[in-house]
Amino acid sequence: MATIPIEHAVLALIVLPLAAAILSIFAGKRGPTLALGAAAIQAAAACRIAMGLNQNGAIRYRISGWGAPLGIDLHLDGLSTIMLFLSTLVGLAIAVYATGYFAQDPAHKSGADPARAFWPLFLLASAALNALFLSGDLFNLYVTLELLTLAGVALIGLAGSVASLIAALRYLIVALVGSLFYLLGVVLTYSTYGTVDWELVRAAASPDIASRTALALFTIALMMKTALFPLHTWLPDAHSNAPAPVSALLSGVVLKASFYMALRIWFFAFPAVSSPAPAQLVGALAACAILWGSIQAVRQRRAKLMLAYSSVAQVGYLFMVFALMWGDSAHLAWQAAACLALSHACAKSAAFMSVGTIALSCGSDEIRRWKGIAARYPSAVLSFAVAGVSLMGLPPSGGFVGKWLLLNAAMTGQGIGLVAAVVGGSLLAAAYIFRVLAVAMTSGDSREAALVPAALKWPPLVLAILSILLGFIAAYPLSLLEHGAPLTGRSGP
Amino acid sequence: MESQLLPILVVASSFASGVFIFLLREDQKALRTAANLASALLKIAFLAFMLVRVAGGITYRVEFRLLEGASLALHADPFSLLFASLSAFLWLFTTIYAIGYLEGSPERRRFFGFFSLCVCATTGIALAANLLTFLIFYELLTLTTYPLVVHRGTEKAVKAGYQYLVYTLAAGAVLLVAIVWLGLVVGATNFKQGGLLSEADPRFAVQYRVIFAMLIAGFGVKCALVPLHGWLPSAMVAPAPVSALLHAVAVVKAGAFGIVRTVYDVYGINYCHELGLLQPLAIAASITILYGSLRAVFQDDIKRRLAYSTVSQVSYIVLGAAVFGPLSTIGGIVHIVHQALMKITLFFSAGILAETLGIHKVKELDGVGKRMPWTMAAFTVAAMGMIGLPPMAGFISKWYLARGAVAAGQNWVIGVLIGSTVLNAMYFLPLVYAAWFKSAPQAWPVRKPGKWFEAPLSLLAPPLVTASLTLLVGLMASTPFSPLEWARFIMELEYLR
Repeated sequence: MATIPIEHAVLALIVLPLAAAILSIFAGKRGPTLALGAAAIQAAAACRIAMGLNQNGAIRYRISGWGAPLGIDLHLDGLSTIMLFLSTLVGLAIAVYATGYFAQDPAHKSGADPARAFWPLFLLASAALNALFLSGDLFNLYVTLELLTLAGVALIGLAGSVASLIAALRYLIVALVGSLFYLLGVVLTYSTYGTVDWELVRAAASPDIASRTALALFTIALMMKTALFPLHTWLPDAHSNAPAPVSALLSGVVLKASFYMALRIWFFAFPAVSSPAPAQLVGALAACAILWGSIQAVRQRRAKLMLAYSSVAQVGYLFMVFALMWGDSAHLAWQAAACLALSHACAKSAAFMSVGTIALSCGSDEIRRWKGIAARYPSAVLSFAVAGVSLMGLPPSGGFVGKWLLLNAAMTGQGIGLVAAVVGGSLLAAAYIFRVLAVAMTSGDSREAALVPAALKWPPLVLAILSILLGFIAAYPLSLLEHGAPLTGRSGP
Repeated sequence: MESQLLPILVVASSFASGVFIFLLREDQKALRTAANLASALLKIAFLAFMLVRVAGGITYRVEFRLLEGASLALHADPFSLLFASLSAFLWLFTTIYAIGYLEGSPERRRFFGFFSLCVCATTGIALAANLLTFLIFYELLTLTTYPLVVHRGTEKAVKAGYQYLVYTLAAGAVLLVAIVWLGLVVGATNFKQGGLLSEADPRFAVQYRVIFAMLIAGFGVKCALVPLHGWLPSAMVAPAPVSALLHAVAVVKAGAFGIVRTVYDVYGINYCHELGLLQPLAIAASITILYGSLRAVFQDDIKRRLAYSTVSQVSYIVLGAAVFGPLSTIGGIVHIVHQALMKITLFFSAGILAETLGIHKVKELDGVGKRMPWTMAAFTVAAMGMIGLPPMAGFISKWYLARGAVAAGQNWVIGVLIGSTVLNAMYFLPLVYAAWFKSAPQAWPVRKPGKWFEAPLSLLAPPLVTASLTLLVGLMASTPFSPLEWARFIMELEYLR
């Protein structure tokens, strides 16, 4: 594998899913096979890139040799590698799961067949994600995020129910308003600096009024798209009404894309403009997100809605990093961001998939109807529980390592209020995770274990175990992260 | 190689059996039993080997770096081995007992799977070489005991499980913050005989006190220090082997072990003394001892009475750690073993009574001694030990604690010990009296014909063994490798460095 040039792997990540998306429209019954193949090759390409990164370091790749500001530059560093890794690996698991899910879906049996639309959209979303994580300029980030949003809207609508269509529409409206803000930011940046390549912007940027406004616009746009409290209201309906594989994709991966952009813009494009004071504000919102999202999650009756609110809380953990990316705590916070993003991606998609399996067979995701399901769906409940360990941030898991780093950062810095939010959030997380497990373990009708197809059984289990393993091997992804760490994050712990 | 491999193997042996059991089918009973017993015996063999080697001065340590400045580290110092061997040994008997107890009940695969993982976590706690590792296994213990507490799946069990989680997870959060904080103040948090803070910067004394309080509160929940004990009596709804596990093998002990570790190997007994932390801890322990005993007197459910007795007895360990001086140290540490042997015997016996005759209340005990002589004999020996009658195990503990208190000039502790002993007698003697000397109000259910013993042998043998050990460790307290001698060995390491 090491003989494949890294540039080919990079290009394959964008071109391959795009080509597969188009082909899958015509592939009919072979759609799933095609998509699985594409997803597997993407995951392999991401592995190749991760291996290459340790030898070559961060690279810029000029498509056709044009170079910025005229041509399109791709940028590859530690952060983008980790994100690619996350999106392709979780994407592969979701693809496998989707083959099983749509074969069982009642809509499929009645002939409506949402699967036919799923595969092109899924592949389009993968292409957009990969391209987003590789983009070297602010405008391409916009284009890819737009593609991703549109694919996401269509994917939510796949469920076909009224609730899902309304949720999709709300998502679309919020996303479009967000895009508008973002585009204004891009325009402002271009008119000020004459470029949208973020390395060139960084070199030129100064904390004047135009740059500050642009940064504010970007931030608001990305907060909307990542559903940071109080702009989160679209998320619970959107994520909970979509079909399970889509929920897994949206909560696990798509949310991380706009968060990644926020990191890029704050700490790579505008490090000269961003400052601790607004970051504290973001941190305060993040703390509110953790508490509010968790409390709402505890109150939900439906498992998918509960997980969606849990995502609102987890987005809070991610954005909390902004308040800590300064001074002594910067390096720890930077590591915490990557670690939390990775483990949440694995754990939340695993949780959505296992809940999806149970809901598919029970016909309902209402928690109180789940009495005794631990006996009936042992593997689904097991993957939910294992993923839950990481979501609660209990050791040993990736979530714990992330929280450990975050707590270290918060206690190094001045964030005692943040410490309370982190700790309180994980206790509330335990409350909602164990609420499901307690119902699942009550003695129900003690039926025999149901037969669950392997495609529905293994992807969530593997991802859940991965989120635990991450607690032991976190040092490896964090070592990748050192390639091209942000300028503000110079001082170590 | 050996020094790195063995600690891992000891922890991994029960992890492997746990995973293996989960992979089996529910009906593969023979294979499950074989895996359980094989791993328990293997673990004991590893530990016995390590005990001999450590007594000879060999050190075991293995470290795996998780992050910059955070590593997973296992070691085997004499104190680790005391707790690890105790839990491994009692685990063997609890497993035998559980196999008999759960015969024919559903979901045994889940039960034994988590049972093994639970012991894996306990061993990890025992062998942890720094606070982070300790915390990881400590939380793992919470997670793996929860399914056991709610095993019966009734409303009451689920409620008790919820209460258990509220207490223990909140405690875990407090511990996490304390450990992160301590790490930021002093750097590495490796356990060290004589105390890791012994050369600490005195400017941070206030912080050290706050962190100490947080650590004690965090460990105090599992150790059931009053007022953090509320979960323990409710958790009695779990099956008897789980109660044995909670009260003797793993959970409560893990908390007490954590407190002792904090006092000796994190802060150092001398530094604790200097900071003035010992007196409050001794007072907290004394209150717990008296309160627990007092509540026990008024319980008419046998298992609840035993639970409150645990609340009281475990704090002897804390008291031993909190009174400055080598004799108290020995008394506290040896009580970790002694309390476990006596309490597990009591729970085993209570479980047999409940299973065979349906006896749950104190007043139903009248005349049961004639029907179940062996069970009640074991119960009586353990109860006498708890009261502190010589030559039983409990006497040795109390003797050392009392001498230690006098040596430290803390004569009020004697008062606490006497008060507690009187209360112990008040809640145990009526049971023993009723069982042996009162006459049964009605005929007991007829024994199944063709049975030699009053209960299945797998239920009866474990309490008989542990009851004999209660006697033996008292009688042979000064032979090498007896718990008392091992506690003395640990004490010497703590004070003479």
